[in-house]
Amino acid sequence: MSKILIRGAKVLGGEPQDVLIDGEVIEAVGTGLDAEGAEVVEAAGKVLLPGLVDLHTHLREPGREDSETVLTGTRAAASGGYTAVFAMANTFPVADTAGVVEQVYRLGQEHGYCDVQPIGAVTVGLEGRKLAELGAMHESAAGVTVFSDDGKCVDDAVMMRRALEYVKAFGGVVAQHAQEPRLTEGAQMNEGIVSAELGLGGWPAVAEESIIARDVLLAEHVGSRVHICHLSTAGSVEIVRWAKSRGIDVTAEVTPHHLLLTDESVRTYNPVYKVNPPLRTERDVHALREALADGTIDIVATDHAPHPHEDKDCEWAAAAMGMVGLETALSVVQETMVETGLLDWAQVADRMSFKPARIGQVGGHGRPVSAGEPANLTLVDTAYRGQVDPAGFASRSRNTPYEGRELPGRVTHTWLRGKATLVDGKLT
Amino acid sequence: MQRHLISAADLTRDDAVHILDTAEEMARVADRPIKKLPTLRGRTIVNLFFEDSTRTRISFEAAEKRLSADVINFSAKGSSVSKGESLKDTAQTLEAMGVDAVVIRHGASGAPYRLANSGWIDAVVVNAGDGTHQHPTQALLDAFTMRRRLVGRDAGIGQDLSGKRITLVGDVLHSRVARSNVDLLHTLGAEVTLVAPPTLVPVGVETWPCEVSYDLDSTLPKSDAVMMLRVQRERMNAAFFPTEREYSRRYGLDGDRMARMPEHAIVMHPGPMVRGMEITAEVADSDRCTVVEQVANGVSIRMAVLYLLLGGNEPAVSHARTTASTEEK
Amino acid sequence: MDKHDQQDPQLDEHQDPQASGARPVLEGPDIARVLTRIAHEIVERAKGADDVVLLGIPTRGVFLAQRLAAKLEQITDRKIPVGSLDITMYRDDLRMHPPRALARTEIPGDGIDGKLVVLVDDVLFSGRTIRAALDALNDIGRPRAVQLAVLVDRGHRELPIRADYVGKNLPTSLRETVKVQLAEEDGRDTVLLGAKQTP
Repeated sequence: MSKILIRGAKVLGGEPQDVLIDGEVIEAVGTGLDAEGAEVVEAAGKVLLPGLVDLHTHLREPGREDSETVLTGTRAAASGGYTAVFAMANTFPVADTAGVVEQVYRLGQEHGYCDVQPIGAVTVGLEGRKLAELGAMHESAAGVTVFSDDGKCVDDAVMMRRALEYVKAFGGVVAQHAQEPRLTEGAQMNEGIVSAELGLGGWPAVAEESIIARDVLLAEHVGSRVHICHLSTAGSVEIVRWAKSRGIDVTAEVTPHHLLLTDESVRTYNPVYKVNPPLRTERDVHALREALADGTIDIVATDHAPHPHEDKDCEWAAAAMGMVGLETALSVVQETMVETGLLDWAQVADRMSFKPARIGQVGGHGRPVSAGEPANLTLVDTAYRGQVDPAGFASRSRNTPYEGRELPGRVTHTWLRGKATLVDGKLT
Repeated sequence: MQRHLISAADLTRDDAVHILDTAEEMARVADRPIKKLPTLRGRTIVNLFFEDSTRTRISFEAAEKRLSADVINFSAKGSSVSKGESLKDTAQTLEAMGVDAVVIRHGASGAPYRLANSGWIDAVVVNAGDGTHQHPTQALLDAFTMRRRLVGRDAGIGQDLSGKRITLVGDVLHSRVARSNVDLLHTLGAEVTLVAPPTLVPVGVETWPCEVSYDLDSTLPKSDAVMMLRVQRERMNAAFFPTEREYSRRYGLDGDRMARMPEHAIVMHPGPMVRGMEITAEVADSDRCTVVEQVANGVSIRMAVLYLLLGGNEPAVSHARTTASTEEK
Repeated sequence: MDKHDQQDPQLDEHQDPQASGARPVLEGPDIARVLTRIAHEIVERAKGADDVVLLGIPTRGVFLAQRLAAKLEQITDRKIPVGSLDITMYRDDLRMHPPRALARTEIPGDGIDGKLVVLVDDVLFSGRTIRAALDALNDIGRPRAVQLAVLVDRGHRELPIRADYVGKNLPTSLRETVKVQLAEEDGRDTVLLGAKQTP
């Protein structure tokens, strides 16, 4: 394999350096590296990050290939600077057996745009009644370590307790979609001032917070660790902060859209803003940003949720919940966290690569940009500003809430183990 | 006035008064031997009802027919809609038929807004009730009824409801009538108080331009009009209140309570009434109760709205006279 | 500005006739004299005006009808029913403008069935207003006969309609405007002839 010299990139936002890739690994990092025999990528002014890792992606295959496939989803991931994504289990059939998770894993390997790490369902069919074969999925070729019924909450306290206990045997983690089902019956949007006006069913913050509170206490009680998916309220932040201060092994993620958008957007009744958990208030957005900055929230995860056009081109109540996010995540984080001075690029690398890889225990990803490490890298033109144009998405779906919005930053190159998956903004 | 009528909150004070004044003239048509005007001849209006509501539908239909519009009734039941056709496809089908206006009743809050703003159709959209969001023509007919009774038929022309104290009682949470009325009555200068058990008041009500009380008895003596909202019995099963009896005792309007209202005060109800639940027969049948008037006024209001939205080459805007000087012949 | 003012007396209220160099062709005393004459003509032609109902077309036709009624009452010493007939909803040019505000239609208590209805308007021009008024009458009742009284007939008819009582025949060009001002609405009585302003 040939050599690649990335010249003059600000590694993790620091001083300009050259990074030399040889084959699948980083051979050297330094200044004035010899370009002899290497393909040179001029990276002056750009920021070089470790390949991003998304702990929360919906690839839809098998079952909903009309909205996304492993191929289109991993191309979207590469486009957004990701080198590894965790594929959620709510496919058809549900990823609740070794067979399904292995299929998804292999598809990712075959396509070669991005490593796909399947997440296994906690309960059979996501139905919350019977524990899925967590051990078998862990032992499969996919090596599943993260388990989630995402899309549904493991609301039964006993079932959640058992899952938390059971995964201790092989160091797994349960990622909880925190949504108390009774409190969210018929819920359509954040419950508050806007829902009262719009007459849309309210989705109270307490429906999320009560589950998080219960689960951190359960995790403490059984001595396991728990991961909270897409935390969305200021109250949830407080609970996680309290749990961490108590030494409870809890990690939490926030989505880019919850860092940027509020329920005011729902006034348009445009279902592109319909998402689970719902967009919250300005106050919540600020609490989430602060929590991501101070480490209470560990990571950014996209909750990339592709839906076909017809599932959004309808009245609010009939529309599907979710937004695509892989191709805009880094830009939204730059807008909300970097340009506001809350995070520097090294911290962005921490929240979007190092830590998600550690929580998901995926080898070879989320590693430092230094000699001997796997060459999973992302090069970002942070000076760029442009309008989001869904027509240019690699994802099969276009349900982005950012259409026409100006956002900063553009991923120009992505390397997966030394192989370029994105060059000058174009997929290879 | 905007091109569509989606929410009572979209109406300015002058728009609303203009509609009420126009309705007052429309009401006179009902007294004539020939209850018909040629005004909307050649205009096609679809009553697109995804929810059953015979009352509202026939009220709109009467208004449309009195204005000589061609009326198409499209009930979602038994149509392709029940087989999964989307709102968009239905809308585009109607558009292809050359429909000038769509009067839409839909169970989903925001469906009329979507219809008007998604580029699916060009037709004028009139919201005939969407989910728990808005029912602007109901609020207008209620305001019209109040103005007639509390200000006067002729004395009311050009007037709003400044200083009138209006109390709405009942299931505010699930009521599009309450939302529309709060918006419109506030715009018209009235002081609105909502009375309901706390379970039936939405979280977020604190920003509404009204007072909220849990105590009906203390509010009644300070009310010029008391509007009773329908309370569905099934709410009881979702623990919004314990029993029908307890609800009636605390929030129902009976003869004794009506006696606490000022002499001139009226009792209103958007219908259909649940007698014995929110209102007793004694109150419903008293001459202070305007339920039947409200029905008649509904036709006048809907005629006014349809005329102002469809009667010209563009909707009636407050500055119509300065824009009226375009080409002639 | 407005090109169809004579068709639509409501629409030109904000036009300032002086600005276009308008000159008066009838002043207050002329208008009073002309109305007195018309009242006498009505009594004569209607043989005592026993069954006359005056219906003014808003806005200024209504004031003229009221003045005529007062004069008729002086002459006949009887109460003369007078009302108003708004023709807005019957106009043939509704689609050409934003919807107009409606004016009051007020039919006297005994109705118009079998009566001699005299429609009263300020200016007769294209005849379209009167056509609309005849349609409106049709929905209200069946008069024995309908007659028309106008303060000014400026010609240029577009329909086979003529006035039975004319205050003043005023030959005009289509480039001119005729503006009636009445004390009840405008603070003074006058008829102004001016040049049409170009928009």
